Amino acid sequence: MGTAWALAVAGFRRYSTYRQATVAGAFTNTVFGFLRCYVMLAVAAAAGGTAAGYRGPQLVTYVWIGQGLLAVVQIWGWTDLADRVRTGDVQSDLLRPVNPVASYLAADLGRAGHAALTRFVVPTVVGALCFGMYAPHALASYPVFLLSVLVAVVASFGARYLVNLTAFWLLDVRGVFTLWLLGTGVLSGLYFPLAFLPGWAQGVLWVGTPFPATFQAPIDILVERGSVGHRALLLVDQLCWAALLLGLCLLVQRRAERRLVVQGG
Amino acid sequence: MAERLPTSLARRVWRRATTRTSRARRVPGRATTRDGRPGVLAGYRQLLAAQVRSQLQYRASFTMDVFGNLVLTLMDVAAVVVLFRVTPVLGGFSLPEALLISGLANLSFALCDLSVGNIDTMRLYIRTGRFDAVLTRPLSALLQLVCGDLALRRLGRVVQAVVVLAVALNLVHVHWTPARAVLLVVAPLSGAVLFGSVFVAGSTVAFWFVESGEFANAFTYGGRDFTAYPVTVYAGWFRKAFAYGLGFAFVAYYPALALLGKPDPLNGPRLLSWSSPVVALAAAGVAALIWRTGIRHYRSTGS
Repeated sequence: MGTAWALAVAGFRRYSTYRQATVAGAFTNTVFGFLRCYVMLAVAAAAGGTAAGYRGPQLVTYVWIGQGLLAVVQIWGWTDLADRVRTGDVQSDLLRPVNPVASYLAADLGRAGHAALTRFVVPTVVGALCFGMYAPHALASYPVFLLSVLVAVVASFGARYLVNLTAFWLLDVRGVFTLWLLGTGVLSGLYFPLAFLPGWAQGVLWVGTPFPATFQAPIDILVERGSVGHRALLLVDQLCWAALLLGLCLLVQRRAERRLVVQGG
Repeated sequence: MAERLPTSLARRVWRRATTRTSRARRVPGRATTRDGRPGVLAGYRQLLAAQVRSQLQYRASFTMDVFGNLVLTLMDVAAVVVLFRVTPVLGGFSLPEALLISGLANLSFALCDLSVGNIDTMRLYIRTGRFDAVLTRPLSALLQLVCGDLALRRLGRVVQAVVVLAVALNLVHVHWTPARAVLLVVAPLSGAVLFGSVFVAGSTVAFWFVESGEFANAFTYGGRDFTAYPVTVYAGWFRKAFAYGLGFAFVAYYPALALLGKPDPLNGPRLLSWSSPVVALAAAGVAALIWRTGIRHYRSTGS
């Protein structure tokens, strides 16, 4: 536990040194927040105030919380591990007496903590200042939202780690990464709330893919869309995906280690 | 290796490398000058060929990359269609009209992405110090960066954008005149030049702030998203800044109005609908100026 904590702190501190990148990232997320917010407001206005169960202010919150959340769950992925496999540096990860999945997860939670304090706050504040945001009515929504974000980070980490693990077989992960971007951008609820889709498509996405669990679930919980039971189901869906993905990571990691060819050079 | 060599020596090594391939391949066209020395073209061609070869090395990855990119472009359009599932009009435009705007925007961006999109990697060159090597070569720094990673997969995006545009044009019933036909060709090209200017200008930020590459994405990819919807959707200072300040209204919105013969809901003069090429040229001029200032300001990170 002490090791995990130290790794998480290291993850936090690593990202806190990239100050320019943090500012630039928060700025970019905020600009995209304006873009998406205006489009969603136009949709809500043209649809008569309510679009697929979201009222205007709920959509505003949806967009701005989403713009903050995408950095916390690192929706655009990362290729640190894949790069280390390609260069052969991964051997030093494997020599350590900590399971690589656990050590990377701890570092990722530290990174997410840093993102939550910086990249999450900026778009949320700007959105609240420039637009009328929906605030949750039930006090319980806030702690459940925090829990949901934490599970989303773990689930997203699992999916990202699996993408990186393919490097043990493919060396070049560009292709897998493109497929990941495809899923995460469109199918997670970032471009539009998945409720805009037909019912069967929503079912397939929530049950069959991990993407909504990494992004839309916490936001739906915060904007209180649907009944309490419906939102509880979202959290269950998230927990299942997080457990499944972490399990897969451990399994694939063990297989991958047998595949490892350390690249020279 | 090359970055440690003095410039004159690097030049000689470079020249020798290019001579060898141009002889071996007997490339037609003006690969060599009249006295048999390699021309500038040979250098660029070699950079491109090396890129193509390197990308084909990892077959599985390449196949997935091409497939993913094909679907990614479709998704930009799919997003517009999905929004129209919950509303019949968006910013005063019907689905076919919005698709026309989206198609024009996508084609402009795809053309730009294919030709200069790679300038995005410049921040990596600057951070790692590889930009020093780029500057020592006797080729234009901008063109080298552009040729540095020609992504074949981006060609698929252009094809797809053309298909979407054709479908949209079929749905909206344009009253064709010679002027409109010319506009249909000129508008995506102007749009691509405008996007390209934003890409180049945005990438120069890295000359000043090494770690801030993502800053430019707000305007490049942000511009792509902005242009994919009718400008009437946006409001306030945000619309003014993006539509007119950066000129993004001239990529797809105004050309689409001209093609549709629709008056501007924002009450702009009719001339605006036809002024995309002028705006694009002005943007290119500004971008060139910013690039030159930036490159003069460049200081190696020393790593």
